[in-house]
Amino acid sequence: MPKSLISIHDFTKDEILHILDVAKEFEANKTQPILRDKVVATLFFEPSTRTRLSFETAANRLGARVIGFSDAGNTSVSKGETLKDTIKMVSNYVDIIVMRHPLEGSARYASEVASVPVINAGDGANQHPSQTLLDLYTIKQTQGRLDNIDINMVGDLKYGRTVHSLLQAMSHFSPKFTFTAPDELKMPQEYKDFLTSKGIPYQETTELTEGLNNTDILYMTRVQQERFTDIMEYEKVKNCYSLIASMLAGARENMKILHPLPRVNEISQDVDETKHAYYFKQAENGMYVRMAIIAYLLGYK
Amino acid sequence: MENNIKKLKVSAIENGTVLDHIPSQQLFKVINILDLTNCPNQVTFGSNLDSKLLGKKAIIKVSDRYFADDEINKIALVAPQAKINIIKNFEVVEKRVISVPAEISGIAKCSNPKCITNHQPVQTRFATVVENGHLKLHCHFCEKMTDSDKLIILAKN
Repeated sequence: MPKSLISIHDFTKDEILHILDVAKEFEANKTQPILRDKVVATLFFEPSTRTRLSFETAANRLGARVIGFSDAGNTSVSKGETLKDTIKMVSNYVDIIVMRHPLEGSARYASEVASVPVINAGDGANQHPSQTLLDLYTIKQTQGRLDNIDINMVGDLKYGRTVHSLLQAMSHFSPKFTFTAPDELKMPQEYKDFLTSKGIPYQETTELTEGLNNTDILYMTRVQQERFTDIMEYEKVKNCYSLIASMLAGARENMKILHPLPRVNEISQDVDETKHAYYFKQAENGMYVRMAIIAYLLGYK
Repeated sequence: MENNIKKLKVSAIENGTVLDHIPSQQLFKVINILDLTNCPNQVTFGSNLDSKLLGKKAIIKVSDRYFADDEINKIALVAPQAKINIIKNFEVVEKRVISVPAEISGIAKCSNPKCITNHQPVQTRFATVVENGHLKLHCHFCEKMTDSDKLIILAKN
């Protein structure tokens, strides 16, 4: 079975650091057509414009050609074809598969059926490892290191897979966490137990204003209305977790704001102009990291 | 010996396997896991029998059949404290203890409704995790935990 990237646990600490180094190389030299004779499939069983465009651009910049679909609606999947059959067929055509699927565990299954490497571009609420790697890359880029970073995670910490994966990946690098979330969306106990078992300190708060001045990274996520049973609760919380530029007066010089995007109203437009805003650069970094992942899994880097 | 046999609520077998100390409510799950519904041998069982250990217990006796370890270990999911007695010529010749297998395939259902195994013809697969004596199953695919208390055993084909 060829090496795939399904979960952030599939990469060792050394492999993670290697990917970040390769991504840096690609950022310095954006066009390296080392995969000129390769074909990459992007199979998006549910739409995700940002992730798909990022992967497809990464493949194009490496000189590879791209096939695929952006929505399962007009494919044989709508005729009832199993995931196994789709993957079996496509892996006969291409050199590597990038897949997004609404069902959890679908990517792991696909990697066991496929004869080529599979990159998980999101399987339901489970894993989205390229997002985690680009978050790590961005943290390293902005802070000059990964070790001993203070991270404040804000928003939906209960269902947000990006924060869970980032928490696990950062556990290699002795971080210090603050979790800022409404009671309904607090960090699940299993992740707090995980940190405790690794001796990593964390504190929890419900107030956004509380953790802004003593953190290196402010990792914002979207608070989604559909997560609330009580709509009034959502209306209350929505405004509490809205970051505006004037709140950042006391922030550390080096503090950077990250967000997996799309943002809605959790970061006000006026924050974009501050030196702390870094989420658009973060999205750009995604492309270099995805170039690195593709090149590494195909044995080129 | 004679007296003992008379007292037995489920009659003795000459040769075979006795599965004792099964929690009563788990009896049919054990039968399902061991696929005894398709077993051609004589199978006798009793449920809600008095037990000093469990209060009420169930027992299964299968004549002329001996289970492989990896087969019998599957019932650790539902009856980890069960005792396995190997019977030859009406005598217990060997007692076996059940140990929890490291991995379990195709027996239990993943409790995550969004897991691929609940939507496509994919055999379930779990790693077993024992926390404070409590058994949990970690899904190989969706990476979610299924509690052994809420376990649903998949019907055999």
